[in-house]
Amino acid sequence: MSRIHVLAPGQFTTVQDLGRPGWQRHGVTPGGALDARALRLANLLVGNAEGAAALELTLTGPTLRFLAEALVAVTGADFQVTVSGRRLPAWRPVRLAAGTELVLGAAATGCRGYLAVAGGIAVPRVLGGRGTHLAAGFGGMNGRALRAGDVLKNGPPSAWARRLAAELAGPGAFAAPRWEIGAEARPPRGAAPTLRAVRGPQWDWFGAEAREHFLGGRYTVTARSDRMGLRLAGPPLTDGGLPEMVSEGVATGTIQVPPDGQPIVLLADRQTVGGYPKIANVATVDLSALAQVKPGDTVGFSEVTVAEAQELWLAAERQIATVKHGIAAHTA
Amino acid sequence: MKLVPLGDSAVLVTLGERPDATMLAAVEALAAALEREPLAGFVESVPANAGLTVFYDPGRVARKDGGAPYDRVARWIGERAAATAGKSPAAIERWVVIPVCYGGEWGPDLDAVAATHGLSAEEVVARHGTAEYQVSAVGFTPGFPYLTGLPESLHTARRPTPRLRVPAGSVAIGGVHTGIYPFETPGGWHVIGRTPLRLFHPQQRPPSLLQTGDRVRFRRITAAEFGAASSS
Repeated sequence: MSRIHVLAPGQFTTVQDLGRPGWQRHGVTPGGALDARALRLANLLVGNAEGAAALELTLTGPTLRFLAEALVAVTGADFQVTVSGRRLPAWRPVRLAAGTELVLGAAATGCRGYLAVAGGIAVPRVLGGRGTHLAAGFGGMNGRALRAGDVLKNGPPSAWARRLAAELAGPGAFAAPRWEIGAEARPPRGAAPTLRAVRGPQWDWFGAEAREHFLGGRYTVTARSDRMGLRLAGPPLTDGGLPEMVSEGVATGTIQVPPDGQPIVLLADRQTVGGYPKIANVATVDLSALAQVKPGDTVGFSEVTVAEAQELWLAAERQIATVKHGIAAHTA
Repeated sequence: MKLVPLGDSAVLVTLGERPDATMLAAVEALAAALEREPLAGFVESVPANAGLTVFYDPGRVARKDGGAPYDRVARWIGERAAATAGKSPAAIERWVVIPVCYGGEWGPDLDAVAATHGLSAEEVVARHGTAEYQVSAVGFTPGFPYLTGLPESLHTARRPTPRLRVPAGSVAIGGVHTGIYPFETPGGWHVIGRTPLRLFHPQQRPPSLLQTGDRVRFRRITAAEFGAASSS
């Protein structure tokens, strides 16, 4: 185990993994990284299991001092990552020398980045997950975002990571191999994505005009958005005349329509049941794009069938499997 | 029984309209039947009111015996429901008594709720405190119980503007439900009292004090008893 000192926490940095499914009937949201694909790729780059705990960065990243040598990788949004003013490459493993101060600056495009460290961030599992449950205050770093003065630890790196770090060893503060995850395998991070969505359980409650607004309009991401959901502003989807309903299950990506007609897209820290009509659900494959929009960006929606959404999911999984095999074949 | 997709990795199963005791038992029976003989790719089921949501991983649902993953999952749910139909599970009733200190700083909305219904605060406490409830869903936050059985004379539409901070343990009324906030969170329900009990503990199994189907009664306690219970 080695220590990582948090010198500055960044805007909102939390420990996340792939969540804690299985506890929703107790009201516990699955949670986990908003851009799960970016987290998985970051972990693969440093020889971790895909679901190891890593840091999720939001708009501006933290400043960290690594007390020992470490192998790290940054994926997701395009963060300015520097060591002593020199830019570090993203989407690659990078060996940091002991004592290195890593500055994760602002995201030029996108919203959320992932910093994986070989060995994973060592925090206890709570209800099967290591991620931060902010509302209930457990998991991650004491159930909260990082603060200056926190000390993180990473677990023991894999044999693959140790071998790569040894090959990259040298006098410099950092070193990276020549290879990287190519642009075609990186999840999207545009400021105006069109999200593919499946009709929701109450789709039929919405009239022709509302459906036209939903599929043809653009919706602006408001500042009242967080890990629980994106609150959107745009053409209204109801004038308040929808029937009252009994609360029922919701999923990550569910688009709820409250009486004011302004849709809310539920993200990983969503509630487990909801009482608003659900017009649609964003396809799982597009949750990465949702994670990367920030206040002021716009989103649109296009319709796909359940079968099409699942085919897109499987295609994305095949791509990750290809990346995984490619990385395993590389050393430096 | 009605099945509809909830996105590409969940199915919303609706068994009826009203979450009464019979319905909650049927929902629990189906949830148990799914757990007993899970399909490959099944992740979890979430009972709530008159239905349940079944989560699955489409990448792990076997495709060899034909059809898309959704169809395969829907068929499995249909088969399990048919196997349990008519077999009412053994009635195991679990009663949980929740001590509550009503009004004052613990229940800042008690007087407003009373005024809404033309009742005295004492009458609201008497009606809320003697009714028998059942947990129809756990959600919103970890361990938050949605309780059915609130006397109709106390049904109160939610506050137009939610409070930014509702203290942990707050007992509140929202529409036809009463519920308890396990954590300090924002909330739009009318807070009429507070319990010193801890409703959710991530290290305990189960982590939530209350489960769907549990029967609940409230027991009125004094401010002194509340203080003693929360400091012990």
